[in-house]
Amino acid sequence: MRIETPLARVRGLGSAKEGTEHWWMQRLTAILLVPLGLWFVSGIWWLVMQGASHDAVVDWMRGPVTATLFILFAATTFYHLKLGMQVVIEDYVHNKKMKWTMLIGLSLGCFIAGASCVYSVLAIALRG
Amino acid sequence: MKPSKAKAGGQAARPMSPHLQVYRPQLTSVLSIFHRLTGVFLASGAAMLCWWLLAAAAGPDYYADAMWFLTSWVGYALLFAWTFSLFYHLCNGVRHLFWDVGMGLSMRATYASGALMVGAAMGLTGLSWAIGLAVYFS
Repeated sequence: MRIETPLARVRGLGSAKEGTEHWWMQRLTAILLVPLGLWFVSGIWWLVMQGASHDAVVDWMRGPVTATLFILFAATTFYHLKLGMQVVIEDYVHNKKMKWTMLIGLSLGCFIAGASCVYSVLAIALRG
Repeated sequence: MKPSKAKAGGQAARPMSPHLQVYRPQLTSVLSIFHRLTGVFLASGAAMLCWWLLAAAAGPDYYADAMWFLTSWVGYALLFAWTFSLFYHLCNGVRHLFWDVGMGLSMRATYASGALMVGAAMGLTGLSWAIGLAVYFS
């Protein structure tokens, strides 16, 4: 029989060190996404006014400022999305296998989707 | 509070947070639940954005396919819901950032900022679509 408390058992195992990382990065990406999100919506507005044709998209993304902001927006969005969805999965999925499958899928999915967005913006901006 | 009993794994069975459904809905809790719901829903919007961008990069034919979906009735309904969700999540996110620095935490302030935030999200959604539709029909 163990007579130590759970706290005593945990002591000496070292600190988590990055305990605030998730919370902090969620706030940082949130702050970034305020201007980037508004910029994105106004960009879509402008695009709709141009008829949202393929030419209009290419014209828009050819600008270095647009391309850079779009890449920033996409990367920040998928980072923020990963952090948020991770908490949702951790809160509601209690089956261990299912939970880890979903968490790994989420991470990989966000990397793949983020990379696809970055590639697409560069491809449109550089090649048209 | 019930006294905690030891569970099989040796962990103490500590009291858990009461279940959501036994509470009478309050503005604050409902807005909080919607923050999470809009967040999850916006994830599908991010996936759509990814498809749309890839299609645009792949060429006009693929882009036309993505636009066919986006300009269908389902597409428009989703776009409208995504617009509202984005503004809602953005406005409520700003509200959270104020809380994080310790501002507006009183009961009165949380209710006032909640009402203001919902109004702002609805207003911005309405404005976006009013301009969009005005351009579309002109």
